Amino acid sequence: MALKTEPLVEQLELLGCIQCGKCTGGCPVARKTTLNMRGLIYEMLVEPKFNEGKHPELWDCTCCFTCVERCPKDVRPAELIIGLRGELVEGGRLPETIGAALMGVFRQGNPTGMAREDRAAWVDGDRSGRLAVKAAQDGCDVLFYVGCSPAYDVRAQKVTRALARALQAAGVDFGTLGIDESCCGNEVRRMGEIGLFEMLVEENSELFRDVGASRMVTVSPHCFNTFKNEYGLDGIEVLHYTQLVADLIEQGRLKLSHKVEKTVTYHDPCFLGKQNHIFDEPREILKAIPGLKLVEMDRSRERSLCCEGGGGRMWAEGTNLEERLAFQRVQEAAETGAEVLAVACPFCLLTLEDAVKVQGLDEQLQVLDVMELVDLALDDGGEGE
Amino acid sequence: MDVAKGQGARGRPAALVVGGGIAGIQAALDIADAGFPVYLVEREPSIGGRMAQLDKTFPTLDCSSCILTPKMVDVGRHPNIELLTYAEVVSVARVDGDGEGFRVRVRKKPRYVDVSKCTGCGLCAAACRMKGRIVSDFDEGIANRSAIYVPFPQAVPLKYTVDPDACLFLTRGRCGKTFLCKEACPADAIDFEQQEELVDLEVGVVIVTTGFDLIDPCIKPEFGYGVYPEVMTGIEFERLSSASGPTMGEIVVNGKKPEDVVFIKCVGSRDPHTGVPYCSRFCCMYTAKHAHLVRDKLPDARITVFYMDVRAFGKGYEEFYDRVKHERVLYRRGEPSEVYRDSKRDGRLVVLAEDTMLGQPIEVEADLVVLATAAVPRSDTPDVAGLLGLACSPDGFFQEADAKLRPVDTGIDGVFVAGCCQGPKDIPDTVAQAKAAASSALRVLVQGERDAR
Repeated sequence: MALKTEPLVEQLELLGCIQCGKCTGGCPVARKTTLNMRGLIYEMLVEPKFNEGKHPELWDCTCCFTCVERCPKDVRPAELIIGLRGELVEGGRLPETIGAALMGVFRQGNPTGMAREDRAAWVDGDRSGRLAVKAAQDGCDVLFYVGCSPAYDVRAQKVTRALARALQAAGVDFGTLGIDESCCGNEVRRMGEIGLFEMLVEENSELFRDVGASRMVTVSPHCFNTFKNEYGLDGIEVLHYTQLVADLIEQGRLKLSHKVEKTVTYHDPCFLGKQNHIFDEPREILKAIPGLKLVEMDRSRERSLCCEGGGGRMWAEGTNLEERLAFQRVQEAAETGAEVLAVACPFCLLTLEDAVKVQGLDEQLQVLDVMELVDLALDDGGEGE
Repeated sequence: MDVAKGQGARGRPAALVVGGGIAGIQAALDIADAGFPVYLVEREPSIGGRMAQLDKTFPTLDCSSCILTPKMVDVGRHPNIELLTYAEVVSVARVDGDGEGFRVRVRKKPRYVDVSKCTGCGLCAAACRMKGRIVSDFDEGIANRSAIYVPFPQAVPLKYTVDPDACLFLTRGRCGKTFLCKEACPADAIDFEQQEELVDLEVGVVIVTTGFDLIDPCIKPEFGYGVYPEVMTGIEFERLSSASGPTMGEIVVNGKKPEDVVFIKCVGSRDPHTGVPYCSRFCCMYTAKHAHLVRDKLPDARITVFYMDVRAFGKGYEEFYDRVKHERVLYRRGEPSEVYRDSKRDGRLVVLAEDTMLGQPIEVEADLVVLATAAVPRSDTPDVAGLLGLACSPDGFFQEADAKLRPVDTGIDGVFVAGCCQGPKDIPDTVAQAKAAASSALRVLVQGERDAR
């Protein structure tokens, strides 16, 4: 099967491309697979048809958007990947694991296909016995949108509980949607399932509006990104938790008094840093933790190396399983001498933690979410999970 | 204020030239040589502008200051030119509301040095307590100076100036027990009582030649400027390479001669994101010149120029580009995407790019990375535009009356523009435009004189 190139060339304004190669030059995946953004755009421009059979690497892109950030001509190369995936999904030509993830979202509201009724089970893991999470539907100032991995993944749940405890400690009036919550669709759109994404936008937006909260906070930068930039949630301020927590600390509402005497380096998640330019808030939080020493990796902020967890890659291996960017990243973290590699994204947490084990660095380097470090510093010592 | 010192110029209508770079210098000389008085106002302590900072000039490789300095000296000595350095225009009004000429007020900032006494000997700067501790703007931050200084040895006028932001006495009220500069000065020229002075002028025409700024490369954080000392801008490289610069022209980075040098073009230019959708026009050629200078000084260096397009459109330019390529300068097509430090490669910098001819991502190690940063309008362009009632084009530079047929006229009769304040251009184009502006201004001055008779 071959796709007509002209519609996407027009829709994405690819004619503005000057073939400078800045997209491919900065693409973290291009260093390990045959993915070449500039080459793909050129093919779209000069060929009447695009033969996707020759491009299995289309599913390698992590949608880190380094190419979009750096393109001097506003071409938004990664949107071509999403557009091409959209055509493939529409024609039913997609990797099996991607299909399963999309089906999971469609049926159960999450890409792992876990039961919808278990979406609020993360609260039960609280060992402090003091965590009380109310229903947002009953009214609240801040809508706490949990997200799929933070709700279901056993590892990521610790971060979710840490955030809930901190909000509670700071006296924030927050509520969750419980089992009514569904996937945000950020990854769904990036896997090319535009129809399903649009359905989620519609249903979720209605749900959020019904709650009536003026602010919402997410655990994952992926959910944050789509709510903030793709939903059009007028009247609702969308925050990533690092923004909210940094603010609570600055206002003195969240007191961090327990010492956490650790050397920590921070990995900027692509969807938080590169795509939304939130670089300082996570660092402000870390610096506010007593005893904590923050050290930087050479590649930080805008030059942070993608962990390969985005763009649907949590559910698709890609064409090069052997070399993982996460392996390289944890080595970079270890070189700083840090004991903790801090992240602010559940996907980064999972990919980097896995990489630490595979690279045999687990004796020296621990991967923790910023929120878990905050939890350790809370007045009551948090849950200490 | 003595107007028009020259015999022939006395009583004739005068011109005001705002900005003392090569454009202002050339325009002032042409008008003064034609017998009309000229006031040349320059904000810095010396005229010379950007051209004074450059090492060699393309494509002929003349030493920039060697060809500029004689013109600067001519300006300083010209009987028809009144030089107002360390001064700024503060207001401009039409004579009698809608008359032909302009009343102009100029603020002369205090130098704290009596220029009638200062001989430029430099003993004050040698004695200054802040010696070697103040960043030299002229040297683009790669060298330091004293709090009392001349920006560069060929300065015109060769008169010292006290930097009010750096002088201990002016910032803190005291400088040790005694003023070392005053003690050192054999001419008793230093005067901390000096006040700013307002000068009112009446002129028939104004030529604006205020030059350009360079974009802050931090706008492209992926290149690590400000993070890595090995990453510098083109203008910084000019000072590094200049025989009269801080290293006497030796190319040394981190105490070593670089073995691998990478040039990155179009940093900020041709990029609507940075507000610079246009081509900065001179970077292709100065980068070729830089590559040549590196080859000249470091015969064994590996030199890579990353480019998107090579724009060598001027007289002798393509020939110069050909010459440089034959000097073992490797031109690779692709705009680099990132610079980082690789601990696995002895901590050297690595430039990430795609070689678009190969269609492959590449990594090039570098000991020196030179960024060809975009030329942008002076940050105070809107203020100057407001003073004179000038319009700016969408790129932020001053708008000429017609891009093709009235290239140095503006929307205001009697006000002309020349040089990079109208848009980026190289020295030959700047000088040509300055001469055009002088010619257009002279037409107005001659007409005005005839009408008055």
